[in-house]
Amino acid sequence: MSLFVTELRRLAKRRLTRLLLVLLLLGLAGVATAFNFSSHKLSPEVVAAAQAESDAQYQRSLAAWQKEVADCDAAQARGEKVEDRFGPNCSRDFQPQPEMFDPKWNLPYQFDFRAEFSTFIAVFAGAVALFAFIVGASFVGAEWSTGGMMNLLLWRPKRLAVLGTKLAAVLTTVLGVTVVLGALWTAAFWLIGTFSGTTAKMTPGVWRSFGLDGLRAVGLVLAFAAVAFALASLGRHTAMALGAAVAVFAISEVGLRIAMAVLGVPFGERYLLSTYAQSWFMKQVKLFDYDACQFAKGECHPGELLVTWQDSALVFGLGTAVVLVAAFWAMRRRDIT
Amino acid sequence: MTAVLEIEGLRKTYRSRRRGTRHALDGFDMRVEAGQVHGFLGPNGSGKTTTLRTLLGLIRPNGGRMAILGHELPHALPTVAGRIGAIVESPQFFPHFSARDTLALLASAGDLPRQRVDEVLELVGLRERAGERVKTYSLGMKQRLAVASALLKDPQLLILDEPANGLDPGGIREMRTLMRDLAANGMTVVLSSHILGEIQLICDSVTIISLGRRVAYGPVDEVLAAHSQGAVRVRLEAVTDLPQAADALAGAGVRVTATEPDHLMLAGVDKPATVTRLLAEQGLYVSELAPVAVDLESVFLELTATAPVPGQHRQVDQSMKVGEPGAGSTAGGWGA
Repeated sequence: MSLFVTELRRLAKRRLTRLLLVLLLLGLAGVATAFNFSSHKLSPEVVAAAQAESDAQYQRSLAAWQKEVADCDAAQARGEKVEDRFGPNCSRDFQPQPEMFDPKWNLPYQFDFRAEFSTFIAVFAGAVALFAFIVGASFVGAEWSTGGMMNLLLWRPKRLAVLGTKLAAVLTTVLGVTVVLGALWTAAFWLIGTFSGTTAKMTPGVWRSFGLDGLRAVGLVLAFAAVAFALASLGRHTAMALGAAVAVFAISEVGLRIAMAVLGVPFGERYLLSTYAQSWFMKQVKLFDYDACQFAKGECHPGELLVTWQDSALVFGLGTAVVLVAAFWAMRRRDIT
Repeated sequence: MTAVLEIEGLRKTYRSRRRGTRHALDGFDMRVEAGQVHGFLGPNGSGKTTTLRTLLGLIRPNGGRMAILGHELPHALPTVAGRIGAIVESPQFFPHFSARDTLALLASAGDLPRQRVDEVLELVGLRERAGERVKTYSLGMKQRLAVASALLKDPQLLILDEPANGLDPGGIREMRTLMRDLAANGMTVVLSSHILGEIQLICDSVTIISLGRRVAYGPVDEVLAAHSQGAVRVRLEAVTDLPQAADALAGAGVRVTATEPDHLMLAGVDKPATVTRLLAEQGLYVSELAPVAVDLESVFLELTATAPVPGQHRQVDQSMKVGEPGAGSTAGGWGA
């Protein structure tokens, strides 16, 4: 237990951890503040003003149309060709209708907590996952590269226990940060919804759905932290994790995408990690095999492949487990020089 | 006496497809008695640090036996780790932590009381600078911090790899006094260093390693005596008699190693009185007859065959291996 507490203290004392936490807080606060200014509550006065603007737009459009018809008639009377300039029947067929000027279009944007907060959970998860990745990688990477790990092993010559305790300290810290910031993030958007938007139609079911989104966000953040930690420990340097991240992105999102397209592999996106990240948050992603269709021969229903969040859990879970096992195996077997 | 550290037949082999097989430790033996300051010497790449890392569980050996404080390693290392303080190679610490934070985290990991941190900071002379970041420290200050971290546990066995590295002359003297005081209080100290004059001053016994094997071991004075080779310096009343004296001695079977302008150097002289008698019989009268004492540096250079040769550039790993032609004989008082 003393080692676990020590590692928590060590992680909290690190300058990078503190700096990244401040940057994360500032970033999230910035997003919430900017969003607060872009959302406007739809009071009866605002709705009435939008209706009035809509009516005025209709009237302006009607007047312009009437002038255009009159100009066309005058030109026709002078014997000019008018079809090219005014269209058939002197544009009489295009008379503006009141329903074409929906007052909704003149309403300012209003944040709908029920409909949109799910997207902001994904935004939050992305930001915290990046924080977790860098903190997880640098915590053990810097320990290896500065000799801290060796020093610690002279005190606690149980390699797996030391690495496991360090991982537990990282995951605990990241979990704590995610839960606390997640609560603040939810509160901030609830307040934005209350004062600058709407929180209408919130039911226990919606909250439960947000809760599940939050759990998936926590899972993703923890997986990022664990993978970064394991990669940095395998390479015994922070740069190993960062390099691997860049390599995976280049291979998966660029290389594989191009290769699948060139080879014409059906549902090639199922081999891309971003597809699984998308389905993790959106619960499912539907892929279509448009290449199978020959639209020249008529209507076609392309083949479909559904990627669910359970598939994503399997892919990310297995990937995380493999990297972690490799890191612990290397810790057990490799000499420390 | 009780052995605090025992190593028998330790082997560590590195295999590489490109570079082939290299025996970093090739049946290495070592024994350190309780309460001693023991010097551990060897040229660069001879296996010193590999030995220390293997002892401390950082490197997995390919064979041999190790024991510290009577416990077999590496199996019992977790049991005895709390009684071993060690620094291996150059001191390495997280650069953005202060010395106090660094030691406090180690103390916390080892369940040690917080006041022990202040005690060791005082001991190594870092009390006033303990709140500064390690990255602002000089090499000597980092070395002091490393020694402080090794002393934190108040260990029974202290293993220090190049502890005087980067220290100023005052610091070296302080370190020497500290080692002596620690040994006087019952701590066993294993000291790896290339400052052979220091080793000769501080240590009770030494082990010399070359290419992964022990080439000499035992109390310092016994190792020196075993390699003094009976060297004697002879001066005569008349310098002009030196060639005649050299001939007379050579004729009697005494090995004359050098004829200098004002003296002769002899080797293999067991009884200096023989020289006096031989020369007196020739009517040559001795004004000075002095046994020449060897120092640890010359013994080290001889045993490891690493003395510089004019016009040659010795490569790392070009040193003496036990059992090879020209290898120095082992000596000492520990037995086989």
